[in-house]
Amino acid sequence: MYRVSRIILLLYFRHLIFIQFFKLLLARKPTLFKHFCHFFTSNRVVKFWTLNLLFLFSTSISISAQELDISKGKSLFNANCASCHKLNKKLIGPALKGVSSKYEKDWLYTWIKNSASLIKSGDEQAVAIYKEYNKVAMNTFPQLSNEDIDNILAYSDYVPPAASNTGSSISSSNQSDQSSFTNDLVLVLLTIILIVLVTMLFLVTKTLKRVVSNNGVDTDFKKLSGTPLWEKFIKNQFLVIVSVIFLLLSSAYFAYGYLMQLGVDQGYMPIQPIHYSHKIHAGENKIECQYCHSSARISKHSGIPSLNVCMNCHENIAEYDGEEDLEKGYTKDFYTNEIRKLYKAVGWDETTRSYTGDTEPVKWVRIHNLPDFVYFNHSQHVTVAGVDCQKCHGPVEEMEIMYQYSPLTMGWCINCHRESNIKVKDNEYYTKIHEELSKKYGVEELTVAQMGGLECGKCHY
Amino acid sequence: MGNHKKYWKSEIELSSDNEMVHKLRDNEFVNELPIDNFLENKETLKDTNTNRRDFLKYLGFSTAAATLASCEGPVNKSIPYVVQPEQIRPGISNFYATSISDGFDFANVLVKTREGRPIKIEKNSKSEDQGPNARIQASVLSMYDSSRIQGPTMDGQDISWELFNLNISAQLQAMQASDKRIVLLTQTFSSPTTESIIKEFVNKYSNVEHVVYDSISESKSLDAFEILYGKRALPTYDFSKSDMIVSFDADFLVDWQGGGFSKGYSKSRVPKNGKMSKHYQFEANMSLTGANADVRIPLKPSIQKLALLKIYEYISGENVNVKLEDELDGKIKKLASDLKKSSGKGVFITGISDVNAQLIALKINHLINSKVININKLSLIRNGNDTKVDKVVKDVINKSVDGLIMCGVNPSYSLPNSNVFNEALKSLELSVSFSMNNTETAMLSKWVAATPHYLESWGDLEIKSGNYSLIQPTIKPLFDTKQFQEVLLNWIDSNDLYYDYLKLYWNNRILKGLSWNQALHDGVYNLKSVNPLQYINVSLGNRINELKNSVNEGFELSLYSKVSMGDGKQANNPWLQEMPDPLTRVSWDNYLTVSKSDAERLGLKNTYESNGALNSNYAKVLVNDQFIKVPVVIQPGQAKGSFGLSFGYGRTSGVKNELQTGVNGFQVYNQFDSTQSVEIEVINEVHEFACVQLHNTLMGRGDIIKETTLEIFNTKDVGEWNHVPRVSLNHIATPVTSPDVDIWEKFDSSIGHHFNLSIDLNACTGCGACVISCHAENNVPVVGKSEVRRSRDMHWLRIDRYYSSEETFFEDNQTKDDISGLGEALSVFGKMENPSENPQVVFQPVMCQHCNQAPCETVCPVAATSHGKQGQNHMAYNRCVGTRYCANNCPYKVRRFNWFLYNNNNEFDFNMNDDLGKMVLNPDVVVRSRGVMEKCSMCIQKTQKTILNAKLERRVIEDGEFQTACSLACDSGAIVFGDVNDKESEVLKLKKDDRMYHLLESVGTEPNVMYQVKVRNT
Repeated sequence: MYRVSRIILLLYFRHLIFIQFFKLLLARKPTLFKHFCHFFTSNRVVKFWTLNLLFLFSTSISISAQELDISKGKSLFNANCASCHKLNKKLIGPALKGVSSKYEKDWLYTWIKNSASLIKSGDEQAVAIYKEYNKVAMNTFPQLSNEDIDNILAYSDYVPPAASNTGSSISSSNQSDQSSFTNDLVLVLLTIILIVLVTMLFLVTKTLKRVVSNNGVDTDFKKLSGTPLWEKFIKNQFLVIVSVIFLLLSSAYFAYGYLMQLGVDQGYMPIQPIHYSHKIHAGENKIECQYCHSSARISKHSGIPSLNVCMNCHENIAEYDGEEDLEKGYTKDFYTNEIRKLYKAVGWDETTRSYTGDTEPVKWVRIHNLPDFVYFNHSQHVTVAGVDCQKCHGPVEEMEIMYQYSPLTMGWCINCHRESNIKVKDNEYYTKIHEELSKKYGVEELTVAQMGGLECGKCHY
Repeated sequence: MGNHKKYWKSEIELSSDNEMVHKLRDNEFVNELPIDNFLENKETLKDTNTNRRDFLKYLGFSTAAATLASCEGPVNKSIPYVVQPEQIRPGISNFYATSISDGFDFANVLVKTREGRPIKIEKNSKSEDQGPNARIQASVLSMYDSSRIQGPTMDGQDISWELFNLNISAQLQAMQASDKRIVLLTQTFSSPTTESIIKEFVNKYSNVEHVVYDSISESKSLDAFEILYGKRALPTYDFSKSDMIVSFDADFLVDWQGGGFSKGYSKSRVPKNGKMSKHYQFEANMSLTGANADVRIPLKPSIQKLALLKIYEYISGENVNVKLEDELDGKIKKLASDLKKSSGKGVFITGISDVNAQLIALKINHLINSKVININKLSLIRNGNDTKVDKVVKDVINKSVDGLIMCGVNPSYSLPNSNVFNEALKSLELSVSFSMNNTETAMLSKWVAATPHYLESWGDLEIKSGNYSLIQPTIKPLFDTKQFQEVLLNWIDSNDLYYDYLKLYWNNRILKGLSWNQALHDGVYNLKSVNPLQYINVSLGNRINELKNSVNEGFELSLYSKVSMGDGKQANNPWLQEMPDPLTRVSWDNYLTVSKSDAERLGLKNTYESNGALNSNYAKVLVNDQFIKVPVVIQPGQAKGSFGLSFGYGRTSGVKNELQTGVNGFQVYNQFDSTQSVEIEVINEVHEFACVQLHNTLMGRGDIIKETTLEIFNTKDVGEWNHVPRVSLNHIATPVTSPDVDIWEKFDSSIGHHFNLSIDLNACTGCGACVISCHAENNVPVVGKSEVRRSRDMHWLRIDRYYSSEETFFEDNQTKDDISGLGEALSVFGKMENPSENPQVVFQPVMCQHCNQAPCETVCPVAATSHGKQGQNHMAYNRCVGTRYCANNCPYKVRRFNWFLYNNNNEFDFNMNDDLGKMVLNPDVVVRSRGVMEKCSMCIQKTQKTILNAKLERRVIEDGEFQTACSLACDSGAIVFGDVNDKESEVLKLKKDDRMYHLLESVGTEPNVMYQVKVRNT
């Protein structure tokens, strides 16, 4: 029993050591983390891609039979039409699904190439559409050939086979089931081995005892020692004192450890009123951090974007149409519903595509809470020093739910100030002071600390 | 298996409705904790019956709750705008140019706003006029006053603006129809559009008469100017052009004729090419202006009038038949001949509220051909008319007025015979008061129109003729308020908004095609049109006799306005209440100033308590048939036979209880004459003062304030008048600046910025604008009267005032040097503690000196205070554990300790304990907690911001960009801040100046704050 537990302990420690080692490595080489993460994710991603490719392949065969290039149509549609049209939904212009069956092809050619002249010529159909859409004329597209327009129309008419779509989602859920299944299996196996080991140990001792008694050896240990072990222990003052000291020290150590983490909210991941996914915005759609957090360039606050910034894009993006994570329940409907929440807050009426003026501000839960007595300025770090947002905020582009990545302790700040060099290039402010100071310290590049970045008053006033 | 047996304790238990049974059962299992009662309020707590058990439970509960609460961080919410306004960026300050015109203070200012909240008032550098004084600096806090009126009321009941306007319009029309007399009593607006609207209003309602009322009147000066120049206005003075200033009781560095002269005055006071102006002051009270004078002659008001006549005699040659004491006569003769010879660079002014005295002053300036006075550029900020106001008051009392509409005035408080007036006001058919607070007048008016603060208003201003400025809102109105102009427009059935009216008026009449946006951006627009005024020769014969006959033999009271409180409009402003008077250094009070000899004669006493607090008995001041009871301060330099009392205190309504301080001086402001003949009696009751400085003299310590005369300054070597102190090194006197005497390792501050602050004792007038500016910038808490009394005031920047023990400080130094032996030392030093009857005065602003070798840094056990490479002495509040060792080791006594949590503590119910008052806090500076030290940081948040701006714009910093709150506020240019490692900087020039010295240099602290030797032109 003892040995088994020792093995388990050992295994656990090794695991701990591995983690510590990995953390250390991370601290030295932050890029490693990226590789590491990539490794895990890519495994899944690779599987997905193969599936997707297969799916694409199969569909493209079926389309080629129609002698029209739907994929080309799709890219043309996205480049030219998508800003005003959607397939299934009225946007600035009408929904385009089935438009080829509604109007004659030749009429469509002239309309798309130059709708304004068609309206001017007094074409009844054209004027009717013009009036219906609030007298906003459609852009002209003289660069599109008839063939291009055919392709676009073919794309707009195309109905993707429903079965393959569900197939992919099933396979993905299967896959996740599989992984949890293997985990369980390993656990069960381990438990069985453990039980077997315990029984073996028990049997071995039993056998040994039997052998001993058979050989006539006196097994009464109590008689041998006279006093029980704990009494001996109490009588040995040295041992008692040493162990008391040990106990005190270790409890002090743990108490210190506990106290030091008070108020450190690393990993703080509160539930927000709107499930906003940085992964989708910054990761998949590659939106620059400072597009939304524009104050970070010039102000001490990075600024939570006001809702009108969201509406720059979301006026036209009313539905989520990206990847799903069914395991966690992040379906398309789920995300679309979150966009609804934004619309409600900002007072946007989807049907009339107008603002009602009925707004209610979103009460986000603040994640990064610096204490009041510390002054931190984003622009100093972002614009002057050129520090990546990720350096402090972590891989935000991979965070489905935003959390506090760094401990935000003073030690953490100071450490970075000791290690980072000042970015002096093209900054006239630094020219003189850098020249003088680097001469004084005999270094090529100055760290923030050497420039006075460790002084109390630089952050506490 | 459960046990169903029941054991009976007694037979009573068998009867279930027995009282005893219930009681026992209740006691066995005590009820739930009555937490609701406990936490609800004090009243219910008193009623609940708490026994020992409960107490222990509460104890346990609160300990557990506190532990839980401390482990769990609070959840903070962050709420962004739905649509962010274009100009607002969280974390970035915006500045807007606007102007203040509250009827007493007029200035062009720049307002700093953060996230849409105005948080600080600064000067508008585009304006030619004076920058903001202490009261204007503090005015931003008056906006965040929770006792403001939040909407219009009728008979104390809330009412909507629609109903308010409808009712009053109807009543106005009815009263016009029945030809009932209505008076529109307003402050001086000096606003072209407001005057135009009032004109339209008076045109529509012919029964309305407009009367302008200044609570502290300049009517006599206006009348005199009208007699001589044909226009009812005030001339302007440019003291920077002056060589010689003769002032008779004119406190022109404070509020004389609206104030705003210290900028020019200070320019003439700094010796340049061996020259500076010479300032004579004849006065009864020791005023701020008198304290800055080179020659100060204390005279009681009636003698002043005679002396004034005598000067006129010597200058004009017209015999006035006045006999003065020989000594005084000699001085006046000399002075008059100097004035005559001053070739236009002399000026003669007076603050005596007498038309004849004012006339003579103007005539003297005309005779000596003074260039300092400008009769073509007129000051328009005082326009009240005593005779008209007096008539209105009498008519109201006689009931020959039926309606009174008041704006910007508080007659119930500021009229001398207010009781009679108040009774009459209550019974008026129509009484409307436009007011921000529930002032005395508003309480008695039937209708109260809630008006916005000037930071929430539109408007315009013409401070001096041709100097136009705009008032623009910097925040949306906090409450349901409407401007006077807006309401008036409504009453004349105009559909215009005041903003449209203002814009149209400016575009048509003032800008004439120039950009409105540019004017709004600059805040000021100067029109150079001069209509020269002609001097009208008036014979003075009769007037001279009138003046002679008004002489009074008995005690005289001189009423004055304090630099902190003015006319009392901002009595609800805790910053101003806590600001010490520059001369008496008393805060939270006004008092009767008495000369020492009169005090001894009458039995008026000042006593010091063992903890360093000041007490006094009371004086019963009898004026005509009424009296007021006033505490007493013995004031060195007070003219014998005269007493002083300030306006602005004794407000009783619309002001928080803690801030209802002092005695109302307006009660004895009969005939709007600042001089009243009085009788004094002693009342032996103890009054407790909050005075921040009890040690009044320097005791001959000439190295704290170094001063010299212009003659010595011009002729002698620097070493004679600004010698470096020497210390003993191996029994050899060695200059303290020598590196040999230093036991510390030096900080190398040759690279990067090294900040220094220079304070010119010649330019500093002691006005205290810097003190309030520092308050606003650094979130300095207000601690209240009783804490100030315990010397726990929190001002980061104080202005020390010293009196000389002899006639001059120079003599003090000599007396001290001449002391030989212990016996003499004891007796002489004892005498030197008392200031002279007419002492020299000096002001010295003292803040943290930011020593390069700071005594505080070496003794801090937790290294909470440390030295920065840029010369600032840092203070990390969160590191401080409050041993107060640093404060004990500081030779300058500039460190302040937070004895309490001044924010969020009901015992200190000032702006920081108030949700609205907290809006004024500067978000870049932390609010300090209880138990930590704090002190001047040399506005490190400002220097850091300047550096960051330069880094962001990738450029070098130019001189003048670095500023502190005090250097920005100092309009006299006494405080200069900058980087001494910048070879071009102004502050480096000042550091190399001969006049430069450090405070207590002999201690060897090597401060980064320096002073410039005071030079007196005696």
